[in-house]
Amino acid sequence: MAAKTLTIDDHLVSARPGETLLEAIREAGIVIPTLCHLDGLSDVGACRLCLVEIEGQRRLQPACMTMVSEGMVVRTSTPRLQAYRRQIVELLFAERNHVCAVCVASGNCELQRLAAMVGMDHVRYDYLSPDCSVDISHPRFGIDHNRCVLCTRCVRACDEIEGVHTWDVAGRGVQARVITDMNQPWGTSTTCTSCGKCQLACPTGAIFPRGVTVGERPHASERIALIIEARKQRW
Amino acid sequence: MSRLRIATIWLGGCSGCHMSFLDLDEWLIELAARADLVYSPIADAKHFPAEVDLTLIEGAIASDEHRELAKTARRQSKCIVSFGDCAVTGNVTALRNPLGPARNVLQQVYVEHSDPRGVIPHEPGIIPLLLDKVVPVHQVIPVDYYLSGCPPSASRIRALLEALLEGREPLVDIRYG
Repeated sequence: MAAKTLTIDDHLVSARPGETLLEAIREAGIVIPTLCHLDGLSDVGACRLCLVEIEGQRRLQPACMTMVSEGMVVRTSTPRLQAYRRQIVELLFAERNHVCAVCVASGNCELQRLAAMVGMDHVRYDYLSPDCSVDISHPRFGIDHNRCVLCTRCVRACDEIEGVHTWDVAGRGVQARVITDMNQPWGTSTTCTSCGKCQLACPTGAIFPRGVTVGERPHASERIALIIEARKQRW
Repeated sequence: MSRLRIATIWLGGCSGCHMSFLDLDEWLIELAARADLVYSPIADAKHFPAEVDLTLIEGAIASDEHRELAKTARRQSKCIVSFGDCAVTGNVTALRNPLGPARNVLQQVYVEHSDPRGVIPHEPGIIPLLLDKVVPVHQVIPVDYYLSGCPPSASRIRALLEALLEGREPLVDIRYG
């Protein structure tokens, strides 16, 4: 099949047929924000951060869900798109309790990086401050719904890569939550293989390995006495 | 160049942003050569003065006293900076919001989780009244610049202050947490 030629931000780009626009944009060296996309997983177009303008189409299209086609003229970073992207990230911050200062993922968080990337110097919306639960019934991992952005990367990693589908989404709108099995404590799940792929896929501090939170950090200060004891034996 | 009048105020926060301000170390001496600190937790002034050029606000709005001081600062300052994550987002100070109105929070802290059981303090005019919802500063007064960070590092505070001292538009980088 012949390569497709398209124009992205005034640059002529060739792409393989069957490629998504997001892949073509990235191959052209252009960086656009994404959140629900994760290389290796199917795309769902949920977060809307990769929306682009395509000439001749009235609607904005998510680059991750749009296939390249011959002669396409695409703009990835117009003022309108930039305004929407910031708005989306602000709404994500307003919807749950994303408190970077006390989050296990701070410094390694895609949402935190996105805030900087889209220029979110403050959130213009009222924070909803919902009362969200934290489930630490699983011996190795925890799920903190305060930090979940409902990207469903855990759901897809569990289903498509591990082949288990422990994770799913229940509820609608602001009530929506990722759940394990039949909406039961994660530790009681009979399908979870404890593989940890959901935690690898999670962009924020929502799914985290146990033992990394501030309260769990081991201090082991008794080792000082041990060192002194060991030196005594040597000298 | 006339000396700038700078103020800093400490609302619902831990004072960590002020500690970071003190981390400016020897640059504070340069700052003192160009500006006066006319009101601050680290300056001896009882009332927020008039005609302030720049006010840094640390902390979220958590009580009626915070709200009034923020409004006074806005009226009497040319430029307001939300200084640190609590001022910008509510941050740790706003962690109580999911617990519900102030009454619930006080009940949980002073009665339910207190051993021995305490009483909810009530001294109108002496102890400020908690607001039902902790909000970022920009929800109460217009804010000119936002300096995120918990706390913002001394170098980022300096970058902002240097630009404002020189009358340049500051390029504030964004770094939560």
